[in-house]
Amino acid sequence: MIAIPSRHKSLTLLAAVVVAQVFLLAAQIKRERQVRLIRVWAVELISPVQRVSSWTIYNLEHGWGNYISLRNTRQDNEALRSELDRLKVRNAELEGAAREADRLAAMLNFRQAHADVPMAAARVIGGSPDSGSQVVNIDRGSRDGIRRDMGVITPDGVVGKILAVYPDISQVLLLGDKESGVGALLANTRTQGVVRGSGKPDLSMDYVSNDSKVSAGEAVLTSGQDRIFPKDLPVATVAEAVTDRKAPFMKILLKPAAHLDRLEEVLVLLTRQDLDLKKEAEASPAAPPPAARTPASAR
Amino acid sequence: MESTEIYIGPEPHIEVHKYYGGVVPAVVVLALVLQAFFPAHFRRANYLELPLLVTLYFALSKRNPSSGLLLGTVIGLLQDSLSRTPLGLYGIAKTLVGYAGSSIGTRIDVEHPIARFLLTFGFYLFHHAVFALTSQLLLAEHNETYISVPILIASVVNAFIAIALFPLLDRFRRPS
Repeated sequence: MIAIPSRHKSLTLLAAVVVAQVFLLAAQIKRERQVRLIRVWAVELISPVQRVSSWTIYNLEHGWGNYISLRNTRQDNEALRSELDRLKVRNAELEGAAREADRLAAMLNFRQAHADVPMAAARVIGGSPDSGSQVVNIDRGSRDGIRRDMGVITPDGVVGKILAVYPDISQVLLLGDKESGVGALLANTRTQGVVRGSGKPDLSMDYVSNDSKVSAGEAVLTSGQDRIFPKDLPVATVAEAVTDRKAPFMKILLKPAAHLDRLEEVLVLLTRQDLDLKKEAEASPAAPPPAARTPASAR
Repeated sequence: MESTEIYIGPEPHIEVHKYYGGVVPAVVVLALVLQAFFPAHFRRANYLELPLLVTLYFALSKRNPSSGLLLGTVIGLLQDSLSRTPLGLYGIAKTLVGYAGSSIGTRIDVEHPIARFLLTFGFYLFHHAVFALTSQLLLAEHNETYISVPILIASVVNAFIAIALFPLLDRFRRPS
């Protein structure tokens, strides 16, 4: 018999037999942590493919997400900016409304605490064009029962008095005006004096003798002597008290109790009836609504 | 009865020998048994590598790479089965020896004692190198050296044994 060898056939057979035995070995051998070698090979064989696949998918997604799908981003961005601006305005409006609600709530609380005292709530609608005087206009006038020299207050303290009355608006001379004055007393010693405006943020208290004991932070209340404000309304607190040896009276600087520089709503006292300020603390928000109209319901 | 085949290949004048039925399996089993027996009783016998000699002998004689590598595979796997090595370690080494021996047997005269000595010497080193390489790559065992004095001594010892053993095995050939 003549045998014609096939070199390729025998080489293929050799490779197959060797590879089969290599796999046979791999199936038996355990490497570190008792993992069979064939598993190690399988993982090492597959992991580069997985890595490349993962890298490719990640970059495709990245490319898609960062470039292709951003075609309309400019328009979206402009729309979002516009929306943001609109929301900023809306937010400012809401913040303002919230602050107003707080103020009105405080005023309502104050009004409920003194429901027996006739008073009218008013909104500040303008100021004086004269920078030297401190005058504001309120949206209440003679038709609402407002009269000249009526006291104007906020829950924080005295604001001023009615300077002029028109049918629908009134002018209020603020406590800080140079022409303004309020009869007052020191809360601790009941020492009386007159609080005057200076045209500046601070007030002064005159006619307090040098031998009086005045301490910083002490409250100054209305005395009722001016026949405008009832007794014991907060006017200011003592900021500084200096004895003037050349004069018989002390030099006392005060910080107003009411926020005269940012008034928005005020209460006009329709009579000079005294207010019992102790009742204010006991007032409940759930108390019956006041007789007077609030600014929001005034018009 | 035709006992000699004419090989048509690179060296068409070289004869391909055949053996009586059952000779090859018997010789393989005997070699494996003796390989297990001698080292257990004679300390110096661990130089012996009878399965390798049998693989090489039949590869050189039959001169067919396919049958040579398959016989090497079988002998190697049997040796692995009888020893503590993982299946395939001796198998791969003897597969390559069977293939290479058959390929060489088709090209040169392997009947001369000196040729048999040199071939056995070389194939012993080749077999050990494949064994060491496989151990390192697959088993991560680095205690196998490729060549050393004991290995050289073993290769020389097996080469001398081959000079004596191969003529003995030649007697089992079918007469031409």
